[in-house]
Amino acid sequence: MKKTLSTLGVLAMTATAAFAEPAQITWWHGMGGANEEVINQIAQKFNAAQAACALTPVSKGTYEEALASGIAAFRSGEQPNILQVFDAGAATIMNAPGAIIPAEDLLVQNGHGFDREAFIPGIRFFYADAEGKFIGMPFNSSAPIMYINDEAFAKAGVAVPKTWAEFEAAAPKLKEAGYIPLTASQLTWMFFENYFSRNNVQMASNNNGYDGFADTTLNATAPELLAFWTRVKAWHDAGLFGFYGAGWSDNQKPFEEGKVALWIGSSGSFGGLSKTATMPFSATFLPYDETVADGNKSSFIGGASLFAFAGKPDAENKCTADFFSFLTSTDIQAFYHQATGYVAITTAAYEKSKADGWYEKHPQAEIGILQLSMPQGEWSKGYRLGFYPQIRVIEEREFNKIFSGETTVEDAFKAIKAEGDELLAKFAKTAG
Amino acid sequence: MTDLPAPATASRTGQPFARLRAALTAPPEPAKRVQFDRPLLPWLFLLPQLLVICVFFYWPSVQAITSSFYLEDPFGFGATFVGFDNYTDALRASEYRHIAAFTAFFTAVVTVAALGLGLLLAVKADTVIRARGPYRTALISVYAIAPPVAGLIGMMLFDQHIGPFVKLAAMLGWEMKVGIDYWDTAFAMILVSVWKQVPYNFIFFLSGLQAVPASVREAALIDCRNGWRRFRTVTLPLLAPTAFFLLIINITYALFDTFAVIDVMVKDKPANNPMTLVYKVYNDGFRGNDIGGSSAQSVILMLVVLVLTLAQFRWLERRVHYG
Repeated sequence: MKKTLSTLGVLAMTATAAFAEPAQITWWHGMGGANEEVINQIAQKFNAAQAACALTPVSKGTYEEALASGIAAFRSGEQPNILQVFDAGAATIMNAPGAIIPAEDLLVQNGHGFDREAFIPGIRFFYADAEGKFIGMPFNSSAPIMYINDEAFAKAGVAVPKTWAEFEAAAPKLKEAGYIPLTASQLTWMFFENYFSRNNVQMASNNNGYDGFADTTLNATAPELLAFWTRVKAWHDAGLFGFYGAGWSDNQKPFEEGKVALWIGSSGSFGGLSKTATMPFSATFLPYDETVADGNKSSFIGGASLFAFAGKPDAENKCTADFFSFLTSTDIQAFYHQATGYVAITTAAYEKSKADGWYEKHPQAEIGILQLSMPQGEWSKGYRLGFYPQIRVIEEREFNKIFSGETTVEDAFKAIKAEGDELLAKFAKTAG
Repeated sequence: MTDLPAPATASRTGQPFARLRAALTAPPEPAKRVQFDRPLLPWLFLLPQLLVICVFFYWPSVQAITSSFYLEDPFGFGATFVGFDNYTDALRASEYRHIAAFTAFFTAVVTVAALGLGLLLAVKADTVIRARGPYRTALISVYAIAPPVAGLIGMMLFDQHIGPFVKLAAMLGWEMKVGIDYWDTAFAMILVSVWKQVPYNFIFFLSGLQAVPASVREAALIDCRNGWRRFRTVTLPLLAPTAFFLLIINITYALFDTFAVIDVMVKDKPANNPMTLVYKVYNDGFRGNDIGGSSAQSVILMLVVLVLTLAQFRWLERRVHYG
C-alpha cells in the first residue's frame, strides 16, 4: 500500500512539473446544502478533465447574497471570474454591459462553437439580449412545480388537482384526512411571477419590461391576480393553505415531515427532497387558474445563470469559456439534471436522461422540463425588470401582512404596485 | 458649563466620562503639564491613532455623505447628482417612518429591560454569599455568546415547527407566529436582544455595587431599616455614573449591535417582520444595491445618534454625581 501511495505521489509530482501552473478561476454561487455539494462535484470533474485551469467554487450564501457580493466585489476590482445570478436579478446585471462579457461572445472568441438551438426553447429568451444573443450562460434552470404526498391522497381518496378549482374541491377531504392540504415556498415566485406566466397575464408594461426600462410599470393590480389571491386568503382562513413565513424551508419542512398533502417548490428541490422526505412523493404541474380564458401555459424559466465578469486576464477568460463549454456538454448536463432536479438546459441532455431511463425511475424529475415545454403564451416568455430583487422584498412584506391579517388583498397589491413602480422608475433613472 | 461640578475632583475618581470631560474643560495646569521640546513629537505619537480614525471613521463617513447626494447604478459606472432627493425620498416613505418608530420603541424597550434586569440581578447577586463564584459566572457566561449565535438560538427557540417557546405559548393560549405576525416577531427579537445584553450590564452594576464603601452601607443601615429606601437613596445615586455609562452603551447596542440578532431571526427575508433602521440601511444598500438611498439613511442615522449623545451629555449627565 505504502509503495502504491509513494508511486502515486511521484506520478502526481511529475504531472505537476510537466504542465505549467494552471490558471486559477473562481465561481461565486448562491447554493447551499445538497445543491452546493453537486456544484463542488462539477468543479472537481472540470479540474480532473483538464490541467490548464483550476476552478474554485465559493458559496456566498443565498442568491441575493451572491449577487450583492458580486456587485460589491466588482466595485472594488476584486470580482470573481464567474457569478451565478438568479432570475430576479438578471435585469440588474444584464444592464451593466461594461461589467460582464456576454457568454456567447466569450465562447466564440475562445474557439468554442455556440448553437442557440441546442438549448431547450423555454430558456433561450430569459438571459438573452434583444437579438437573441446569450448574455448569461444558463446553468440551473427550474420551474415551480407541485409535489404530492402520495399517502395523503391515498388516504383522502381524491385525485391530484390540475386547476385551482379542483384543488378547492379536494382540499376539504385532505383536511379531513388529517393533512394540511397545501403549502408553498417563496410565494413571490409561485403565486406572483408564475401566476402571470402560467395563466398568460401581462406582468409589466413595455412587453414585460423587454422593450425598455423607461416608464415600465408593474401590473400588480391585475383583476385576475387579485381574484386568485382573494381565494388563497380564503383557503388560508379555512385551514386549507398553510403559510409559515417568507423563508423557503419553513414551508418545505412540514411537507417533508408528511404533515402536508401538497407543496409547491422548485423542480430543483427534487434532489434534496429525495433525501429528506419521510414519505413517498410524486410531482405534477403548478395548477393553473381555470377562470382565466387563455391559461395553462408554460411557466417562466426560473433558477439562475452564470455571468462572466469583465476585467480579467485573457488566460482566465479562456478558462471561463472552457468551463462554460464543459458545463453544456451532454454528460455534465445530464449528471447535473439527475443529481439536482434542475431542468436539463440542452435538448441533448434531456434526450440522454430519457435514454438512461431516468424518468421511468423518477417521473418527478421530468415535470419541470415538461412544464417549461408547454405552449408558451404571449406573457410566459419572461420579464426584464430592474431592481426586481427589491420588488420581491416588497411582495414578501405584503404577502406576510395578508396572512397575518394586517392588510387586505387589495391594499397589499396596491402597495406592491405603488412601491414597485417607484423602484422601476428609479432603475430607469440609473440605467439612463 | 459653570454649573458642573469642579472637574478637578472628578478626574481623581477615575470615571471614564468624568475624566473625558475634565480633560476637555480643565483649565491648563502649567505646573503639571508635560512639555515636549519639539512641537512635532506629540503629533508623531498621535499619528497611528489618527490614521486609524481617518481610515476607518472619517473616510467612510465622508464617502457616505458624498454618495447620499447621488443616484448611482449598482456597478458604479455612473452617478447623477440628485441633491437632497435621497433624503426626501427616505423621509417621505411611510415604510421608513414606520421602521423609525419601531426602532425608537425597540431601543427604549431593550435598553430599559436590559438595564433593569441587569441591575436587579446585580443587586441580588451582590448579597449572595454561598456559591457566589459559580452563580456569577453563570450569569455572565451568556455574554460570551456572539450575537449571530444568540440569534440562531432564538430562532430555534421560536421556530414554528419545533420551537419550545412556541409550544409553551400555545399552552398558555397564545398562538405565536414568529416570522409572520409582526408583534410576535418583535417580542422574540426583544427577548433575545435583552437576554444577550443583561450579562454585560450585570458585570458593570456588580462592580459598581462593590465599589460602594462598606462604611457608607453600614451608616445607611443604621439610619434606615427599609431596604428599598436604602437602595433608592444611597446605592442608586452612587451607581449613577455606572448607570449613565451603561445607558449610552445600551442604546448604542440596541441601535447597532442587534443587527446580527435581527438578521438571523428574519432569515434574510425581512418580509413584514420588524426591523431597525440599521438593518434597513444594510438591506437597501447591500441587498438592494441602492447606494445613494442607503447612504442618505445612514447619514440620517449618524445625525440621530449625534443628537442623542449630545442630549444625554447635556441634560442627563448633569444629574449624575461622580464620587
